[in-house]
Order: sequence, then C-alpha cells, then structure tokens
Amino acid sequence: MACIGERPPPLDGFVTSLPTNPHARDLSKLGRPKSVAARVLRERIIVGALATAACFSILVTAAIIVVLAKETIGFFQFDEVSLGEFFGGTEWNPLLGAEKHFGIWPLVAGTLLVTVIAASFALPLGLIAAIYLSEYASPRVRATLKPALEILAGVPTVVYGFFALTAITPLLQRLSPDTFGSYNAMSAGLATGIMILPIVCSLSEDALRAVPRSLRDGAFALGGTRFDVSVKVVVPAALSGIVAAFLLAISRAVGETMIVALAAGGVAQITANPAAEVQTMTAYMVQIFLGDAPAFGVEYKSSYAVAATLFVMTFVLTMIGQYILRRFREEYD
Amino acid sequence: MAAVRSASTRLLANRAFLTLCLAATSIAMLVLAILLLAIFVQGWSGLSWDFLTGLPSRKADKAGVFVALMGSLWVCAICGLLALPLGVATAVFLEEFAQKTRFTRIVQTNIMNLAGVPSIVYGILGLTAFARMFGAFGTNVEDAISLGSEESLFFLRIPFGSSVLAGGLTLMLVILPVVIIATQEALRAVPGSLRAGAFALGATRWQTVWGITLPAAVPGIMTGAILAMSRAIGESAPLLVLGGALFVSGAPENLMSDFAVLPLQIYNWASRPQESFHAIAASAIILQLVVLFLFNGIAVFIRQKLQKPLQ
Repeated sequence: MACIGERPPPLDGFVTSLPTNPHARDLSKLGRPKSVAARVLRERIIVGALATAACFSILVTAAIIVVLAKETIGFFQFDEVSLGEFFGGTEWNPLLGAEKHFGIWPLVAGTLLVTVIAASFALPLGLIAAIYLSEYASPRVRATLKPALEILAGVPTVVYGFFALTAITPLLQRLSPDTFGSYNAMSAGLATGIMILPIVCSLSEDALRAVPRSLRDGAFALGGTRFDVSVKVVVPAALSGIVAAFLLAISRAVGETMIVALAAGGVAQITANPAAEVQTMTAYMVQIFLGDAPAFGVEYKSSYAVAATLFVMTFVLTMIGQYILRRFREEYD
Repeated sequence: MAAVRSASTRLLANRAFLTLCLAATSIAMLVLAILLLAIFVQGWSGLSWDFLTGLPSRKADKAGVFVALMGSLWVCAICGLLALPLGVATAVFLEEFAQKTRFTRIVQTNIMNLAGVPSIVYGILGLTAFARMFGAFGTNVEDAISLGSEESLFFLRIPFGSSVLAGGLTLMLVILPVVIIATQEALRAVPGSLRAGAFALGATRWQTVWGITLPAAVPGIMTGAILAMSRAIGESAPLLVLGGALFVSGAPENLMSDFAVLPLQIYNWASRPQESFHAIAASAIILQLVVLFLFNGIAVFIRQKLQKPLQ
C-alpha cells in the first residue's frame, strides 16, 4: 500500500489542472486511500465500529434487566418477603414498626394517584393547546408560543418540585385551610402535570401538523367550520400520534422522581384522597438510597424490586405507545 | 356525524371552542409566568458574587454554589464527551449503513424503550454497574484498586464509587437515547439526492457519510446535542441514587472525586424545612434556569442561522 497519498504522474497532452473553485472542498484532504482493497478494509473497520456503538444500546437494556432481575430475586430470598405478599399485600412499612410488610400496592396506588391528577390536568389542556397551536394560531403566535413550550419542557424537574412545595401547596392551603397538609398528592400531581404539559402539547401538535392539508381543505369545502375541521377531521386522523403522546407523558409522570420526593410526602398508603400524603415508588427509592436503610439489608434490596416494578410499568406503556403508532397510523401520502 | 345542525349552532360551537382554546393556552402560559415569577421573587435578592463563589455551609446566608457548579461542569463534560460520539455513531449506523433487518428493528425499538425508562432506573444501573461494579471488587472502599496517587489528576480507582466519573457515565446512559433519536432525525432530513450525488462520483458509503451527509446534518445534530446536554445538566434523580453526595467540601479535582451538582444542591436546600434555605434554593434555581435559557438560545440560534435549505 505504498501508493497511498501519492498522486499519479500527469499525462502529457491532457488537461492536468482545472480552474479551481475556491469554495470547493479539497478532496485530497479527505485522505482517501487509493487502492480498492484498502478502501474496502477501511469501510469494514468503520462499519464494525459503528455497529459496536449500536450494540451498546442493547447492552444497556440487557444490563438494566439483569441488574433489576438479579437483585429482585435476591430480595425475594429473604425470609421476611414472599411473592404473594409483594403482589397481593396492602401494607408497605419496611422501615418502621416491629413487623415489616412488603406489599407493593400502597406505592403503586400513590404513584397512580399522582399520575391521575397530573394526567387529568395536563392531557386535556395540552391537547386543546396543541389544537390551538396547530389549527387556529397565526404563524406569529406560534413563533412565540413554541419556544415558550420548549423552555417549559427543558425546566429541570427539581424546579417543579420546588414550585410545588413553595407555591402550589401554600396556594392549596389558602384555598382550603384545613384539608391540605404541607405534603399532599394534589400539589405533587399538579406540578407533575405542569411538567408533562409541554410533552403532551408538543408531541400532539407534531401529530396534528403531520395531517395533510388536503384533508382540511376537503372538510372546509364541504362547509365545515374550523371547529368541525379540527375536531372531527384532523384530530381523528392524528389520533394514533396523540394517543402515543399521551402514553409517553403518562409514563413520564409514573417515573417522575424529584417532584414527588419533595412535595408528596412519605406515607405509603392506599387512598384516593388528593389531599392525603402519599409515597410513590420513585419517592421510596429516593428515601432508601438517601441512606435511610442499611446497605444490603432487606429494605435496601426492596428498592430494586420496586424499581423492577416501575421499569415493567413504563416499559409496557412505551410498548403500547409504539404498537399504536405502528399499527394505527393513518398514512395519507 | 349525528344530526344536521343549524349553521348558527355550528358557528356558536366554533366560537366556543376558540374561546376554550385561548383559555387553555393562556392557562399554560400563565403557569409558566407564575412559576418564573415565584422563583424570581424568592431568589433574586440572594444572588451575589459571594453566592456564586461560596462554599457549602450549614448557615443559609453563608452557603454558596461554587462546588455544585464545578461538579455540574465536570459531570456534564464527561457525559457529553461520551454520549455524543456514541450516540452519533449509533445513529449513523442505523440511518446510513444498516439494512432494514430484524436486528436493526430490534435496536430501533430498544432505543425507543430506553428513551422511556425513568431516569431513576438509570441511577440504579449506574450505582450497580459503575459505582459498585456488581460487587466484583468487594463492597468496601478499602478493597478498591487504586491506580496513581490520590492527588493526581489522573487518579483512578476501581470500582468507581460515587465519583464524578460514575456520575458522568450514568448521565451518559440517560441522554444517549435522546442524542441518538435527535441525530437520526437530523440525518433523515438530509435529502437523498446529496447521497446519490456522492455515490455517483464513486465515493464509498463512509466517504459519503463523512464528507457529505454529516456536514449537512451538523446543525440538526448540534441542536439535538445541546438540548440533550441541557437535560443532563438538570437531571438529578439518577445522581441522587448514585449517592451524589449532598455535603461536599470542595470542587472535584480528578475523576474519582466526590461531587455535588446544582440540581442536587437545589434538592438538598429545598427539602429542608427552614425558609432561609428555600430562598437560596430559589437563587440556585435562577442560575440553573439562566444556563437552560442560554442552551436553548444557542439551539434556536443554530437552527435558524446555520440550517441552510438543502432542497
């Protein structure tokens, strides 16, 4: 491969130099090897390296599953726990009291309560705002609102947690002084709702805007008002994208940590009362890893079982979202 | 459609819906305004040069964010240096090289799933895989294998423990899917005719990617990368699990130093009952938001100025 980098000698009678374009890339600087074998070899090596990078993402998933499975199995080998109690029990008090109970339902109920509050606030509001942005708003309004949404989407969740603790909870307490304590599900739920609002709005808007113009034109030509067109034509056409956006937002709310750790409190209980203090799965993990439990004890291992439950829940939500997107997507092009 | 309604009813519905839309959008904007206002009112007075350069303290009026700022810088630098090349390489492989086989479909679905994994789960993975290395090297700090002197910049210890390196690696896992998806979108936006032109000139696949496709996709990739980094800067749950210490006396000196990051510092202050700590938490949030606006601003600028129409 001695020929690499050498130019062949100029041939007599041929034009050897063309007028050069000063803006053109100097292709000789690309350092391309001249022999075909070298090029093929280099290509192979590069493809191999890139494929290795792509495999890394599989490795990450495998590592998550292995770590969670291994530690969860370790957790179930303790005498204090049984599979039946974990999946059927309604009491979760691993840290206090003489007898420890590991029933996952109070943590799941806490998570669901916060998620339901967040979803019932953010999903309708986000969808309506998305319809407005996509179907009604002038380009100028869009140009100001979209960046604002992106900013909201980028705000760290600990900021929403702080907001819940120092603004939403006091507001709730002022509205109804005797119901709300300093930690409650309502405040955490609303803050989580604010957090997922931009996700819902932005993704739904993308789905709405992907509906081709011809559908709208057709509906307008039939005499539909803008309301008819948006709600009866565009939204149904974009439904799979909207549902996928909803599912993604819900799985974000389920996995949200910092807001509930700051604002929801630490009492694991099954309740539908939004004013009550609840503990979510993520908040329990924070409590454990912040050092409330001795490492390698049963309480410590229990956090892995909780994490595995959380992982399975969000995984199922994501898979359903993916399935809906693939299966029910309306293609118009 | 159910019954045929009169034109006036339909126009009324239209009007009512527009009002609803405006109300919903205003509520969303109002919430953003209240959020910013509440934080600025609480934290503005606490911002000062001393706050920026101050070390952590038990007294709220003496505490500063310097250690947390430096910690954020270290962790995010490591995270970015690892996640960006890895993410871009994965995206290039999936978009430019791989045939649409079963394997690539699995990788693609897998990346979508990784993007939906709660960040706290990544924290648990980081704790087990990076900080403890699956317990393969014992569970005590004394058992750790040390390479180099502890004062040196290149000091290394295996397992990594709750160090800057473990934090950066963990955050890398969190933002990797974000980087991959953003890069894929940027690559898809490059028109196929550019590639076809390069192939027609006899370029190999890699020459096409390196010389043509990647340069054309750089603005999109950079926008995605910046947004991913702004996520990394604000991420706290995985580092909390990893044991990102809440009380650290100094800025990191090497990859094995303990660290605090700005969002963790905010969490630490916000979770205390005293009002005075809430005030400095708000000040730290203002700093965090300034960084966020800066990053978003750069991303918007790149998108508008550098993105040349390619069609």
